[in-house]
Amino acid sequence: MADASIARPAAPARTSDGLGQLLARHGALVGLVLLVLFNLAFTPNFVSWQTLNVNLTQVAAIVIVAVGMTLVIATGGIDLSVGSLMAISGALAPLILLGQILPMPHPLLAVALAFVLPVLVAGAFGWFNGFLITRYRIQPIVATLVLFIAGRGIAQVVTNGNLQVFRNPEFQVIGLGRLFGIPVQVILMLILVAGAAWMLRRTLFGRQILAVGGNEQAARLAGIPVASVKRRVYLISGLCAGLAGLVVIAINSASDANLIGLGMELDAIAAVAVGGTLLAGGRASITGTLLGALIIQLVRYTLLANGVPDSAALVAKAGLIVLAVWLQQGRKST
Amino acid sequence: MTTSLTSRTPLLVLVGRYGVIAALLLLILFGWARYDNFLGSYNILSFLRYTSMFALVALGMAFVIMSGGIDLSVGAVAAMSSVVAALASPYGLIPGLLAGAAAGLVAGILNGILITRLNIVPFIATLATMLAAGGTGLLLAGNQSVSVSYDTAFVELGQGDLLGFPVPAWIAAIAYVLGSIILNLTAFGRSVLAVGGSEDASRMMGLPADRVKFLVYAGSGLLAGLAGVILAAQFGAGQPIEGVGWELFAIAAVVVGGTLLTGGKGSVESTLAGALLLGLIFNILNFENGLGWISLSAYWQSVIRGLFLLLVVILQAKLVGRDATG
Repeated sequence: MADASIARPAAPARTSDGLGQLLARHGALVGLVLLVLFNLAFTPNFVSWQTLNVNLTQVAAIVIVAVGMTLVIATGGIDLSVGSLMAISGALAPLILLGQILPMPHPLLAVALAFVLPVLVAGAFGWFNGFLITRYRIQPIVATLVLFIAGRGIAQVVTNGNLQVFRNPEFQVIGLGRLFGIPVQVILMLILVAGAAWMLRRTLFGRQILAVGGNEQAARLAGIPVASVKRRVYLISGLCAGLAGLVVIAINSASDANLIGLGMELDAIAAVAVGGTLLAGGRASITGTLLGALIIQLVRYTLLANGVPDSAALVAKAGLIVLAVWLQQGRKST
Repeated sequence: MTTSLTSRTPLLVLVGRYGVIAALLLLILFGWARYDNFLGSYNILSFLRYTSMFALVALGMAFVIMSGGIDLSVGAVAAMSSVVAALASPYGLIPGLLAGAAAGLVAGILNGILITRLNIVPFIATLATMLAAGGTGLLLAGNQSVSVSYDTAFVELGQGDLLGFPVPAWIAAIAYVLGSIILNLTAFGRSVLAVGGSEDASRMMGLPADRVKFLVYAGSGLLAGLAGVILAAQFGAGQPIEGVGWELFAIAAVVVGGTLLTGGKGSVESTLAGALLLGLIFNILNFENGLGWISLSAYWQSVIRGLFLLLVVILQAKLVGRDATG
């Protein structure tokens, strides 16, 4: 596991490795393996490319958002605005594609702008979150609540709440395309996961993120530019959300500002929590987040494939989150 | 803390303490001057009838936030309770009311147990309850809205009037009076603020911090349950998918009301003003569109609410900053 942490005074000794410790550290992996074994035994037609593809395609958007969320949470923050930022980027892209903002001289230029501009706009809003948090020292949950409320409203106002239907194969590569038989968004997701995991472990910025989350005061005294680190982290979260918004509308060939990314903040936070990232900050695991998202997705798939209604899957997800965080809690106190 | 502030910058302090009430009065004045019938009894009564649900949820949230926590489950709990109340409505007014309130209370108790016994942070514990309550509501309702029985008096809880005022407004008013008494005049109220101010310190002083937290979440669940009962009675159906985003509306109302999210400080009256203020923005938008000068879609209300929240939190941050540095 690409597990990165800054040594904290409260960190458990690495030598004591009881069963609880093992479960806590690799709980996500153990859980995923158990789920797969269960499915192999009980779910008909589980071993197929189709199953794999369906699950990976559905989970990609959550993972992309959750990567940004992991970095935010690693600094001790939270980002409630991701779902609304997805709506903004998802509402903007078709407007650009269909030339409703500016007339597009060339269709490929339109596609290029439809990829780049919405993500940048979402990133700018993310940066604004970081600005509020660092400049005015507003708690992350309140600061991002502003855009959670206003962001979807902006997307709805821009599109007047209308469903935008479009067909553009070049643009929809990001949701429907395949490379070597693998869905493009799954490749994007894996690149993001690998890049973020590498950054967290190997780069100065990654160490700074963990230091800020571990002990902000100490980080500041050690000369880390805390405000700048936080702003960049929220910027990244915004960019990830923007990208996920594009993936979702490309899959659907339609953009509905009322629905894109609805509840995504909760899915992403759940994936991060199940993946073993400490919600207090200072410790983060990107691969854990990937596993967490896969577990949540697979639980839902398993229940649906075995005839359990979607509403019961919600209850199961709740139990899963509590269990994961409770295990984490045990590890912190030992 | 408040006394030291008073001596320094009277204007900012006044804005901080009475800002939301002043803003509410200004908005009412604006509406009265600009629109016909704005202060007509029809508008006032239907406004109160609708906003009462949100006010109830915001009251519970205010206590939770004053104790230093957060409750994300209130929206889903209200939705689930509306389903339970609708299912119980054929047995009469009282059974419907009790069943809905009890459903909310159970969810609140679950939150309390997760937070005080399993030591799970409130954010995650109530997030899990939110999912569980949402799922339970859908299961009970069979994925559709459940119609309320019109054979009994149950719908009076949402649609009826008492002494010329809507029943939901009475319920909310009683809840707020009780809330104000509890916060200002009882030992429990002071304990809530003490726990929110510093949990460690209040533990050392021998306050039963866990019991206080438990009760606060149970109360929030109960109030969300009542809101669900009103929801079902008012719209004639238990609605398992209503309530999405209520929790954030309630948090916004509490924050706009000047309660610090860090806990330890807050006011019941300002929370009511915050909830009314956020509701009034929607009401005014409707009237403005009615004038025909401009046409702002309903979608603008969330943008305006967001901007308003932004304004308030920046103002608050400046006040707190002055307090810390001055």
